[in-house]
Amino acid sequence: MTSDTLLLSVHNLACARGERTLFKAMNFSVGAGELLLVQGGNGQGKTSLLRLLTGLARPEEGEVRWRGQPIQKNREAFHAEMIYLGHANGVKDDLNPVENLRFAEGLQGRAFEEERAVAILRRLGLSRCLDLPCRVLSFGQRRRVALSALLLADAGLWILDEPLTGLDVHAVALMEGLIRDHLAAGGLCVATTHQALNLEGVKVQRLLVGNVAIPELV
Amino acid sequence: MHRFILAVLRRDLTLAARRRGDWLIAQFFFVMVASLFPLGVGPEPEMLARIGPGVLWVAATLASLLSLSRLFADDHHDGSLEHMVLSPEPTVLLVLGKSLAHWLIYCIPLLIIAPVLGIQFNLPWDAILVLEISLLLGTPILSLLGGVGAALTLGLRGGGVLLTLLILPLYVPALIFGAGAVDGVMAGTGAQAHLSLLGAFMVLSLMIAPWIAAAALRVSLE
Repeated sequence: MTSDTLLLSVHNLACARGERTLFKAMNFSVGAGELLLVQGGNGQGKTSLLRLLTGLARPEEGEVRWRGQPIQKNREAFHAEMIYLGHANGVKDDLNPVENLRFAEGLQGRAFEEERAVAILRRLGLSRCLDLPCRVLSFGQRRRVALSALLLADAGLWILDEPLTGLDVHAVALMEGLIRDHLAAGGLCVATTHQALNLEGVKVQRLLVGNVAIPELV
Repeated sequence: MHRFILAVLRRDLTLAARRRGDWLIAQFFFVMVASLFPLGVGPEPEMLARIGPGVLWVAATLASLLSLSRLFADDHHDGSLEHMVLSPEPTVLLVLGKSLAHWLIYCIPLLIIAPVLGIQFNLPWDAILVLEISLLLGTPILSLLGGVGAALTLGLRGGGVLLTLLILPLYVPALIFGAGAVDGVMAGTGAQAHLSLLGAFMVLSLMIAPWIAAAALRVSLE
């Protein structure tokens, strides 16, 4: 990827849920190696903003651009470079972690490298669960499977909605490391979180959604 | 493009193989509904042969409806649907792959069971053959149009019932031509006209339904 053009920008974005306007006239841009930390209280529109950024939802007004192109017009190229992790893990209970990654890769149209996938799962502390159906895994372990899919995808832009939910302290530390590595490799990350993150040496932009003041987290 | 459809197919077939219970329920339902009619209307062979084609077609329609409400709902619930929609591949192909998987998983077994039930209804062999052909042409319509209904009712409370009300009227042409073909061969007028119309309706659904379902899916996910 050519990191100098790697840019996610938002122009005059407005979002409404029913009658209520969550935010309007929002402008920001995130460049290579930057983390955008979206903050705000519950129900202020953090998830709605993230879904607008992925293209799952359409904005009321304004547009989201990736590499200077509106994402709606350039959907395929954008989605090939973006990966989204939402509240739900997207992990199938009837499949084991390796199969989950295999199908996730297949659906993204990429070839599946089993050794790499297993290495990533081991790195995330799932070496003892490789052949268990995800149904029997704990909530945190299933979250780790979802994070493995994130690493395997090798996408330039990560959009993470509460990535730390259900993770223990070791996994949180691991996740901080992963985000740092991703940004150091020239990637972009947009994340929401209510937890404190230790991200030394990372260029962090903070965006407050809604009007509820939040204490400093980073 | 075909790799993406194959990936969707393989995934859904694997998931269905892991959950045989869901799969068996639809087949049992088909057998049950078809078996209730002889008990209700009486066992006269001529009567059974007369109502047989219609009953089998209605039962097949209801059996395929039973599984449709979960076509996208399971994936929506665990978040994997969002990941699939965010794939670089077009959503139309996703819908097509999922409808095809539904057809293979839930409708092909109906085709295998139908001749046995046909014997139970005292249908002659040539009628059973036409019944098979009409189901082969007609059941893809059920999966394709069902995909539209499943996408439209995704995430709604009581979506399953609403889906039935929305989709059953759309199945009427398939039902008329499908059962009509079997009736035709039994009455001696031939089945070709009905089967041709059924085939045309199947091609039409194949051309239009995935696009509508893909658009509905995007609206439902928003």
